[in-house]
Amino acid sequence: MSSHHPEHSEQIKRCCEQFTCDPKRMIDILWAVQSELGWISAESMQLIAEYTDTKRVQVEGVVSFYHFFKTTPQGKFVIHMCDDIIDRHQGMLAIEQSIKELLDIEPGQTTADGLFSLHRTPCIGLSDQAPAAMINEIVVTRLTPAKIKKILSTLRKHESVTALFKTDPSQAKALADEMVNAHIRRRDQVFFSDYAAEAAWQKAQAMTPAEIIKIVADSNLRGRGGAGFPVGRKWQTAASTPAPERYVICNADEGEPGTFKDRVLLSERAELLFEGMRIAGRAIGSRQGIVYLRAEYRYLLPHLEAVLHAQRTAGLLSEDVFDIRIQLGAGAYVCGEESALIASCEGRRGEPANKPPFPAQVGYLCMPTVVNNVETLCAIPKIIEQGAAWFKAIGTGQSTGTKLLSVCGDCRKPGVYEFPFGVTLREVLNAAGAEDPGAVQVGGASGVLVGVQDFDRPICFEDLPSAGAIMVFSKARNILEIVDYFMQFFIDESCGYCTPCRVGNVFLQQSLDKIRRGLGEKADLDYLKQLSQTIIQTSRCGFGHTSPNPILSSMQNFPLVYAALLKEHPDGMQAGFDLEHALNEAHEIAKRRSLIYPPPGAAHKIQDKG
Amino acid sequence: MSIHKALDKQNKISFSVDGRKFEAIEGQSIMEACDAAGVYIPRLCDVEGLVVQGSCRVCSVKVDGHVVAACTQPLTADAVIEHETPEIQGYRKDLVSMLFHEGNHLCPICEASGRCELQGMAYRLDMAEDRHYPYLQPVRPVDASHPDIALDTNRCIFCARCIRASRDVDNKAIFDYVGRGIHKRIAVDGDCLADTTAELSDAAFSREVCPVGCIIRKHEGFFAPIGERQFDPAPIGSEIEKTATQKSDPEPEGKRQ
Repeated sequence: MSSHHPEHSEQIKRCCEQFTCDPKRMIDILWAVQSELGWISAESMQLIAEYTDTKRVQVEGVVSFYHFFKTTPQGKFVIHMCDDIIDRHQGMLAIEQSIKELLDIEPGQTTADGLFSLHRTPCIGLSDQAPAAMINEIVVTRLTPAKIKKILSTLRKHESVTALFKTDPSQAKALADEMVNAHIRRRDQVFFSDYAAEAAWQKAQAMTPAEIIKIVADSNLRGRGGAGFPVGRKWQTAASTPAPERYVICNADEGEPGTFKDRVLLSERAELLFEGMRIAGRAIGSRQGIVYLRAEYRYLLPHLEAVLHAQRTAGLLSEDVFDIRIQLGAGAYVCGEESALIASCEGRRGEPANKPPFPAQVGYLCMPTVVNNVETLCAIPKIIEQGAAWFKAIGTGQSTGTKLLSVCGDCRKPGVYEFPFGVTLREVLNAAGAEDPGAVQVGGASGVLVGVQDFDRPICFEDLPSAGAIMVFSKARNILEIVDYFMQFFIDESCGYCTPCRVGNVFLQQSLDKIRRGLGEKADLDYLKQLSQTIIQTSRCGFGHTSPNPILSSMQNFPLVYAALLKEHPDGMQAGFDLEHALNEAHEIAKRRSLIYPPPGAAHKIQDKG
Repeated sequence: MSIHKALDKQNKISFSVDGRKFEAIEGQSIMEACDAAGVYIPRLCDVEGLVVQGSCRVCSVKVDGHVVAACTQPLTADAVIEHETPEIQGYRKDLVSMLFHEGNHLCPICEASGRCELQGMAYRLDMAEDRHYPYLQPVRPVDASHPDIALDTNRCIFCARCIRASRDVDNKAIFDYVGRGIHKRIAVDGDCLADTTAELSDAAFSREVCPVGCIIRKHEGFFAPIGERQFDPAPIGSEIEKTATQKSDPEPEGKRQ
């Protein structure tokens, strides 16, 4: 203990005490320590473990699970370049190259003067204004090499990231608006129609909890996070499970690459969201709500806190009836899975739980917990206000209401579109000004990649489901580059708990890489299909049930792309064995080339491989 | 409430595995019910005496069209379980192969050979040929700091048995996972094992806990000669199948309905 810097020890103690040294608030404690000290060292972890009465290895387990927690010293300004496929197509690598040249660092490094660190991070929910980046707690969008140069020089001159904006930092909403354009391109009846604040809440207060649940059940509202579970049934389960406490959690961990509609709801409809959460709280008998906000949307935190403060002042939220706290995430896609999200709220590694029991029975702090997506909760007030029949009349038989679609990529008008369920993909593409769409990823990384032949399919749970992402790729884009990006995303984001997801996705990507290098053969397609099937069938949660989708759907919808790369080998030799590649390591160790391989004239190739 | 629950526990339910009919006590998992019935379902992360984990997925079975982990899935009345079908056996082989290819499993030089559950499972599942998976060949440092115990995490199969034993049996929580995805690895509560309170007598370091050769008990080496090693006389899972034949004869399928 004596080796610790006494000043750090005091700081860490204060960070822990701020959250009553409760290990269940570990994510908050780690954020507090990181913002005090800039990073989280092994010594810091030891001290945190002592103050929270846990083990250092457990603290390390949590720190190392979330990619925004850093275990090496960081610069004063930490830049996270959004490394999404859309951002790459819009010039992300050129921006990164400018940063590398201006600062003389590679991703993962910090400048010698300790001013800047550079990292890559998966989709930060700004694909409609790519390329984008996070710098500390703020975001910058529509980057160009010239713009990033100006940003870096402004940061050099000033103490704070807020110097990048004209708005006074105390004006939370205006500041967020200056950073990010809401981009609401189409308004329909449920989310972006005129909103009579508190009308639904007034009505709900006059209703019994059972009556509220009945209206929600009758409306056939289904969860908007992807799985489409009936909301009324989830609420009913939580309400009817005997327990001293129950919780309402809003899933604002919108991590699916290419989706950003929850971002717009959080910035433009925060009042509506909290109203929906209060109604949910009343329906299931809960006194505490939590908004699990992904760290990428940390720039919205001051705005959301301001709205919560206003609602508390107005008497709409209070500790003894129902209050809401915001739990900041720390960078983990898998936390969008509801039981992983709960684990994260409890200060643990965000690993999904075994089911049953389901969170609605045994959830946050082992109490019945309703976890609903931002969009789901935002639909609640309108349903209560206008009635179940009104809501059911919109959309299709099994997909009622309207759906928010985040459209991005190769189109003139990227942004958020509110359409009734059942709208065809073609109508969406037309509205967004997609002039030459060759492929569309519907539903984000875990969704499907469809081609022109599928453009007339309706977007709804019965046919082409989408949690919200519509990524448009022109005919000029490389399909396998897109698929490879998604597979790398899944490898990076798998929690690693179960074998098929942890290992199988790596094998999928390696096989895809082999095909891309022109070393594949027909048998590799069967291998991909069979391996995908094992991953889908035996994985423990929705992550592994969907991670092979980009490969399977691209093989199905773009067979010629694969066929063009496969080679026939009449001699029966396997193309997959790359002798040069296999010898490369030996070449490096021996510091000379083999006398036999490579054949004369191909010697230069050695340097490119490995 | 509690009386009803107690009564429920006595309730017998019936279920079938690959057409053979059995009875179980309500509230049991599929794995518990099958063990009692003498049907061995392959497993690597589950072990008696520790809370269930459900991570290796080798115990996958199919119930009503859904593939589930037998260790964590509660048995429901009249469940029709598919166990040794080509489909399920295929998944199990894939999963065991994945574990072989993820780590460094060089049986001829590993002292766990012959009592290694991963190796035993491969023999049991009749895995004679290569599954065409790539080898990931991890290069994690070996921790030989402790006088009595060494850790070669390149052989770890992520069963978490040591984590659970140290936390729940020894009350020490020496182990936990750090990192995530393919970079996830087992770590100790300190810079190395010698920094922890680990003792050879801990349950976490007993031979039953680590199913492979990741946890190495120093000074005992290849303690059993070939021919006398744990899985030399009979394949892994044979004990469970043995208890069965002694207990009861399963009813033939024809008697159903």
